[in-house]
Amino acid sequence: MSEPISALNGSVYKEGIAAITATGPIGMISIRGDMTAGYLKKTLKKIAGVDMPDARGINLKVDKGIAWMSPDELLLICSYAEVATHLDTLHNAIGSNHAMAVNVSDARAVFRLKGKHIREVLAKLAPVDTSPDVFAPGTIRRTRLAQVPAAFWMVDTETAQLVCFRSVAQYVFDLLKTAAQPGSEVNHHRR
Amino acid sequence: MSTRIATGGRLLNKSNAVSFSFNGKHLRGFEGDTLASALLANDQMLVGRSFKYHRPRGIVAAGPEEPNALMNLGREGQFEPNQRATTTELFDGLEAASQNHWPSLEFDVGAINKYLSRFLPAGFYYKMFIHPRPFWKHVYEPIIRHSAGLGKAPKDRDADTYEHFHAFCDVLVIGGGVAGLEAARTAALSGAKVILLEQNAHWGGRAPVDGGTVEGKPINDHVDTLVAELAAMDNVQMRRRTMGAGVYDHSYVLGYERLKDHAPKAQGPRHRLWRIRAGHIITATGAIERPLSFAGNDIPGVMLAAAVRDYLVNYGVSVGDRTVVVTNNDDAYRTAIALVEAGLTVPTILDARVLPEDSALMARAKELGIRVMMGHAIASVKGGKRVTSVEVCSQAGEGAVLETIPCEAVAMSGGWSPVVHLWSHCGGKLVWDTALATFRPDVNNAPIGADGHGFVTAAGAAAGFFGLDDILHDAHAAADGVVTTLGFKLPANATSPNADRQEESPLAPVWMMPQGANAKLREKTWLDYQNDVKVSDVRLAAQEGFVSVEHTKRYTTLGMATDQGKLSNINGLATLAGALNADIPTVGTTTFRPPYHPISMGAIGGEARGEVFQPLRRTPMHSWHDANEAEWEPVGQWRRPYAYKRSGESTHDAVMREVTNTRKNMGLLDASTLGKIIVKGPDAGKFLDMLYTNMMSSLKPGKCRYGLMCSENGFLIDDGVVARIDDDTFLCHTTTGGADRIHQHMEEWLQTEWWDWQVYVANVTEQYAQIAVVGPNARKCLEKLGGMDVSKDALGFMEWVDGELGGFKCRIYRISFSGELSYEIAVVAGVGQAFWDALMVAGHDLGVMPYGTECLHILRAEKGFIMIGDETDGTVIPQDLGLGWAISKKKEDYLGKRAQERSHMADPERWKLVGLETTDGSTLPDGAYAVGEGKNENNQRNVIGRVTSTYHSPTLNKGIAMGLVLHGPDRMGEVIDFPGTDGKTYSAKIVDPVFYDKEGEKQNV
Repeated sequence: MSEPISALNGSVYKEGIAAITATGPIGMISIRGDMTAGYLKKTLKKIAGVDMPDARGINLKVDKGIAWMSPDELLLICSYAEVATHLDTLHNAIGSNHAMAVNVSDARAVFRLKGKHIREVLAKLAPVDTSPDVFAPGTIRRTRLAQVPAAFWMVDTETAQLVCFRSVAQYVFDLLKTAAQPGSEVNHHRR
Repeated sequence: MSTRIATGGRLLNKSNAVSFSFNGKHLRGFEGDTLASALLANDQMLVGRSFKYHRPRGIVAAGPEEPNALMNLGREGQFEPNQRATTTELFDGLEAASQNHWPSLEFDVGAINKYLSRFLPAGFYYKMFIHPRPFWKHVYEPIIRHSAGLGKAPKDRDADTYEHFHAFCDVLVIGGGVAGLEAARTAALSGAKVILLEQNAHWGGRAPVDGGTVEGKPINDHVDTLVAELAAMDNVQMRRRTMGAGVYDHSYVLGYERLKDHAPKAQGPRHRLWRIRAGHIITATGAIERPLSFAGNDIPGVMLAAAVRDYLVNYGVSVGDRTVVVTNNDDAYRTAIALVEAGLTVPTILDARVLPEDSALMARAKELGIRVMMGHAIASVKGGKRVTSVEVCSQAGEGAVLETIPCEAVAMSGGWSPVVHLWSHCGGKLVWDTALATFRPDVNNAPIGADGHGFVTAAGAAAGFFGLDDILHDAHAAADGVVTTLGFKLPANATSPNADRQEESPLAPVWMMPQGANAKLREKTWLDYQNDVKVSDVRLAAQEGFVSVEHTKRYTTLGMATDQGKLSNINGLATLAGALNADIPTVGTTTFRPPYHPISMGAIGGEARGEVFQPLRRTPMHSWHDANEAEWEPVGQWRRPYAYKRSGESTHDAVMREVTNTRKNMGLLDASTLGKIIVKGPDAGKFLDMLYTNMMSSLKPGKCRYGLMCSENGFLIDDGVVARIDDDTFLCHTTTGGADRIHQHMEEWLQTEWWDWQVYVANVTEQYAQIAVVGPNARKCLEKLGGMDVSKDALGFMEWVDGELGGFKCRIYRISFSGELSYEIAVVAGVGQAFWDALMVAGHDLGVMPYGTECLHILRAEKGFIMIGDETDGTVIPQDLGLGWAISKKKEDYLGKRAQERSHMADPERWKLVGLETTDGSTLPDGAYAVGEGKNENNQRNVIGRVTSTYHSPTLNKGIAMGLVLHGPDRMGEVIDFPGTDGKTYSAKIVDPVFYDKEGEKQNV
């Protein structure tokens, strides 16, 4: 089988107030179910190596982790190659219980934002309070970016990761480029 | 003449002269000037013509309330009409042109209207142009539209960019004058997150012009100290050139930041729209001075007294050597004093009041030798394109002229009105303050938020406090109250600074000058400069029965111009109250609506223009289609290939070729856009039985079934093939447009109605690239790729199977929307293009061609398959379409069942689906109606049916169509008539809707 290709296949924009990169595919498994149930909690901890996140939280260790999506939905993040294995593990753990685990890795496009002004770039497009004291690394926002759904989180103080639907990857890349255009610093989150 | 004087100009950088042009004339100003101050410095008193009578108009104000000085600014991609000279900062190379005149500003043909003004009173247009009715549209409106209008419409695409910005804070302070600065400081001391907005480029508002001392220091120093203190606080964000434009529910505020109107060559966006969610809003928006109503108060050179002072102090501009001051309050004395102290002449102060003793300001004016005439007024201002003199009369009389005083300028003050717009946007109430003769915010009736408490607090002059000391104390107290309700606490040592107090004599309300002005004077007394509304117009409206202020406003157009009555509203409604012999508070105000001051359309649109105007959804094979000459069709936000044109082909030729080739050889369709929704859980079958009209719970794993979905009103909303994956899991295909909508539909039922059913749904539409391999050679192609058995026995019609083809993991559904042997194959999106390529290679010798949506439509129409959106339009039920076979009779219930049993739905008179075949082989026009006998109550021919889909079928080499026809299925063979919009009448025979392969042999091989 051919190597999977992400929608924008590594496009980069560096001319503006934040560097924007369309990254290669990463593994994403959407999980719905009772998040307090042991068969989910234990299995996820074993797979991801992190605890269950709180509301609007994301627990990530390097490229593996769990993101909160809604009271009955989580997103398991892993490397693209590991998806099938983890999906099997999850299906075995779920067994006859009522829960769902679905591979959505190919349905998404992933971007990485870097620089001092990434909080501003995001706040131009999403109705989100991106102040450092409210939106710190370890938190995720499932929201919209201009006219399409998106989710993003801070990886560290100057890096953010953003996920959107694959079909709108070009639109989102163009949006981010527009929001990061040279000379558009807001300097709102100053310290 | 107006000119620049040697002293003053605190906002100017006189070392940096800049050049600009006005109506092509090259002029010079300084960095720090506004366009208005620079025009005045160049003796450009006449800046525009009025809207209705084309009267010469000059600058009246120095801020956003300016009604007259509207300009066309810039050129080409940066051209913008209706820009206020008073809020436009001067920059080198600025190009301005005046508006609303022809052929020139100095000589305007439209000015003849002013001689006709007797014949153009309020309501003239309503009375004149109502009869005869058709004349409005064809004669009157085009003429009026041509003669009306302010600036020119831009012709070029806007060269600038714009953006939005979402911000959050505890306390939002709007207005960076002394009140706003003090409120922000106080709020910030409590630890609250504060955002402070100021519409101008400078902090301090008008306090530095008005003077005074705070804690013994000059006000300028106090402002500088405050600004420095705020700038050093981590929890404070300060924005200049950012206007609070509107206050909305839930403490949501729009701010309008003008980033480079003053520096158009800078990088970055031109405007930024701030979308702020605040815990509480403090409006420290100051006050606006009111004009006085006297005859000739619109002649260039008549200005607000405070504006005269602003131009003098801020920009070193004298409006005239001799300025007559006319007032009903003490504040205008400051203008007289400032003028005389600057070495200019004030021949007299006409004070409409009669007071027992002098206030400090009055005494100071007299000390300077200014002649103060108490109880006096202006009978009339003389002059044409500029003021030449004023005629003085007694305020108490009817306007008998006592004296004529030559002058170049008139500084008028009718008192001050707090800027209550932002307070009022969300329902804040006003009270009438008799002492100030103005409306001010009613502190007991603030706009109420979701928690039942007020979320806006007015502070300083905006709350009705006018002395410096009062303003500072009120702002401090307001902010203290606000932070306390938000749960913050001021440090014990936080106190309000004290300012010097200057007692002023009370104002006397003056709504007409002189109070007994006769009709002739009233006809020359302007209330609304921009819309040319005079005192006589408002009186006429009252006389004609327009007693509601909202009606009078619309009848006279008072306050309806682009300044939204900032100067005219209070004077207008006081005039109305006078004419009605009612109290001003009883008459009330008109409604204040956002924005406070016009904001650009670009800012509202934000980033959404050009490439990112709307999201465009692309399938994994989008680039391939693009490179292969796909003609695009928008389907929702997707773009799908309509047809792939080869060189020399018309679109029609391409479609015909694609149909023929698919029927003869094989075709590939990118079906990735079709919705794919996983439904899983112990109750999944039960759930789908409710959603679809037919039975889904009985479907065996490995099998597929076509299903219909209806709304609870019975109407068909979507269709598609459902595959049962395992006991607990189904995969529902939806239409392209239905994917998100049906997913939402499912979630809604699961979350609101059947919340206790054990079902989860997931929209995996974009996880897969799905390709339909269609045609007699389809199986051969898949066998060539190899890897799994796709024979009839291994994979029968309406079955699915997982496997591997040519090394690609895939799921194959053997379903057909074309009547041909057909496989729809899903692979993960990341390898979609590679798989498409593999199919193209494998199909090369088998005659493979990609086909587009029009070919798909023809293939399905030849088979009589319905299409959601063609055969359905939200009013059609499955029974209309002959789809009774897909409606389960066994099920107790499904969404739409009850509705479909209602009398209208079960009515045999409902139009039913049939096939239509023109008698001459031509193609019926889409949407055409069939006509029947007789006429309806509107004298239109009765209709008995309509075309829902129509195509030329290359397979049958004739036009084929489907349509809904009255008693259609019972009228097979009858010929009915469809008049086309082209003048031709098309005759078509009613036939079975399945035109091709009625037995379905081809798809079942």
